Amino acid sequence: MDGLHSALREHSYLADRGLTTALFLALRLSRPLFLEGEAGVGKTAVATALSAALGRRLLRLQCYEGLDIHQAVYEWNYTRQMLHIRLLEARGERPQEQDLFGPAYLLRRPLLEAIDNSDPLPPVLLIDEIDRSDAEFEAYLLEVLSDFQISIPEIGTIQALHPPVVIVTSNRTREVHDALKRRCLYHWIEYPTLEREYEILTLRLPGLPDRLARQVTAFVQGLRQLELYKVPGIAETLDWAEALVALDREELELELVEDTLGALLKVQEDLAALRGDRLRQLLTQVEAAG
Amino acid sequence: MPDGRLLRNILHFVRLLRDLGLQVDPHRARLFAQALAQVGVAERSDFYFAARSCLIYRQQDLADFDRAFEAFWRSRFRGGIPLTLPARPRRRAAESDPTPGRGPSAGIEPEPAQGVGPLAYSAAEALRQKDFAELTAEELEQVRRLMRKVAWRLGKHPGRRQRAGKGRLPDHRRTFRSSLRYGGEPLVWALRQPRPKFRPLVVLADVSGSMEPYSRVLLEFLYGLAHGLDQPPEIFVFSTRLTRITRALRSQGAEQALRGVFREVLDWSGGTRIGEALRQFNLHWARRVVSGGAVVAIISDGLDRGQTELLRSEVARLQRSCWRLMWLNPLLGSPDYEPLAQGMRAALPFVDDFLPANNLARLEELALQLQRAAARQAKAGRPAPRQAFRPPRRQVGVTSSRRRGYSL
Repeated sequence: MDGLHSALREHSYLADRGLTTALFLALRLSRPLFLEGEAGVGKTAVATALSAALGRRLLRLQCYEGLDIHQAVYEWNYTRQMLHIRLLEARGERPQEQDLFGPAYLLRRPLLEAIDNSDPLPPVLLIDEIDRSDAEFEAYLLEVLSDFQISIPEIGTIQALHPPVVIVTSNRTREVHDALKRRCLYHWIEYPTLEREYEILTLRLPGLPDRLARQVTAFVQGLRQLELYKVPGIAETLDWAEALVALDREELELELVEDTLGALLKVQEDLAALRGDRLRQLLTQVEAAG
Repeated sequence: MPDGRLLRNILHFVRLLRDLGLQVDPHRARLFAQALAQVGVAERSDFYFAARSCLIYRQQDLADFDRAFEAFWRSRFRGGIPLTLPARPRRRAAESDPTPGRGPSAGIEPEPAQGVGPLAYSAAEALRQKDFAELTAEELEQVRRLMRKVAWRLGKHPGRRQRAGKGRLPDHRRTFRSSLRYGGEPLVWALRQPRPKFRPLVVLADVSGSMEPYSRVLLEFLYGLAHGLDQPPEIFVFSTRLTRITRALRSQGAEQALRGVFREVLDWSGGTRIGEALRQFNLHWARRVVSGGAVVAIISDGLDRGQTELLRSEVARLQRSCWRLMWLNPLLGSPDYEPLAQGMRAALPFVDDFLPANNLARLEELALQLQRAAARQAKAGRPAPRQAFRPPRRQVGVTSSRRRGYSL
């Protein structure tokens, strides 16, 4: 388990003990891992880091409403099939159905690729933002995730020789059905603590001055205590810190924060609520803590 | 596999979780046993996280899980098994206090033994028009029966999924399949069209003191909605704070469901802070439940005792995030009601439909309205402007001449 932690760290991902345990178990028990948490706490990033750390291919399926089998699993290459028929006709032959529905005409989408591939190590399959897809797709995933098999009527059932590592993420924009979650290991990612966020920041942005890193973390942690419509995640912290580095600043000042706050807060009401006194107050706290 | 002692401990832990009302499938318990074989039991944090990722699968269960884990881990070293858990304030309080004062009790009384015969037309009609607040116990029972017959059909909007049909998008798959019949000649071009999808419904119901005369019927109404719609709605109640009762209402059987609701709602007939409740909703729930062109219905008399400014800004925000904001006001049914209450006046400019909800006839009309609004929209094929159905009834409570145009 410690090996996994340091492998992830080498790929700039700092996982806490809980996440490491969950990932470790997902690997050992060959179970999909269902990751939930607010936006920007590093759910997608962990899949990227994991595939890099394990030296496996990453297959990513971004979910959206209306996502169906043809975009997620497979589709026949109709143009090619048509051309093939024309070619046969020109030669005076009749097309045979089994020729047309063979592997050569199959367009393989992420789910099929994850089940049926010739990789030396099974790939990491990231099913991103499952909450954006609809109930129909969730129901379909049940079969894929419990048996790691896919049925294509024209070909038959394809079974994974070695099940892929599956990571499912959700932002909780809607409640994902329990049936799907029950088939997975579950981990809820919290916002990081002050020390942890500081560590992440220095790990990801080595060029960031130490004093600024401390101030940025303290400021963001303070922001999370306020009642905001959209609380900034680690992704936003990193964006902001990067912006500050690009501006070549060493220290947080009121004016600087006001100008760059858009990198942290993306809701107009939140920005409006924070301008002026509350911002000054927060900065004073940061000063006092630093 | 773990040895017998460990297995026994696992089972005890699972039982603790079940005692707290968490669902733990047997297969997840087995998964946990397998997980322990991987991470060992020496480290408390490893044990904790392994248990957490295997045994629960909902964020809202985390707190209960932590309490059970704490109790379990402490007892582990004493070799004993904890038989009692630290009291869980909310549920305990509700269970040990089934006094009638806790809520509108009529809703959970068992059905009366004597049957209620079919009503003559005129009697039924009178009952439909009678204000909920003035119903006798017997009439209430009849209304409850009638209410179950109201067909709740929420309108549809064109979804993102496609089905075979006469739309404009080509269906390569079917075209190609059928072309095989003609020696590979695509004679028939198959098409796809969007498959209509039900609009999600979110209900925010006021159960504060001033709404008390209506709350018995209101709960029946909410139960009917929760079970009558093809796509179950999200339901919240509020007086001083916001409580989500979607899951409680989904239980089978009106009696059990309503009992569950009473257990969860701690502020029946309390004061009214609509603005605060809406703020809680906007902050914590709107992003999750108001999506995909949702209809949001607020049921309240608008007698607000909180900050008017807060109410205004939160209603405005809510309206911007949903497809249509309805406000059902039971007071609107009375002939001389005018929305003078400050809260109501503040909210009104942001409400798309301002409707009365004081008797059965009005509710039936509401059912129709929900269906019609979206049917028109489906015909148009794109979101119709809000103005289109903001008909005379939006202003209905304001002057008596307009109100006359409102009858069925």
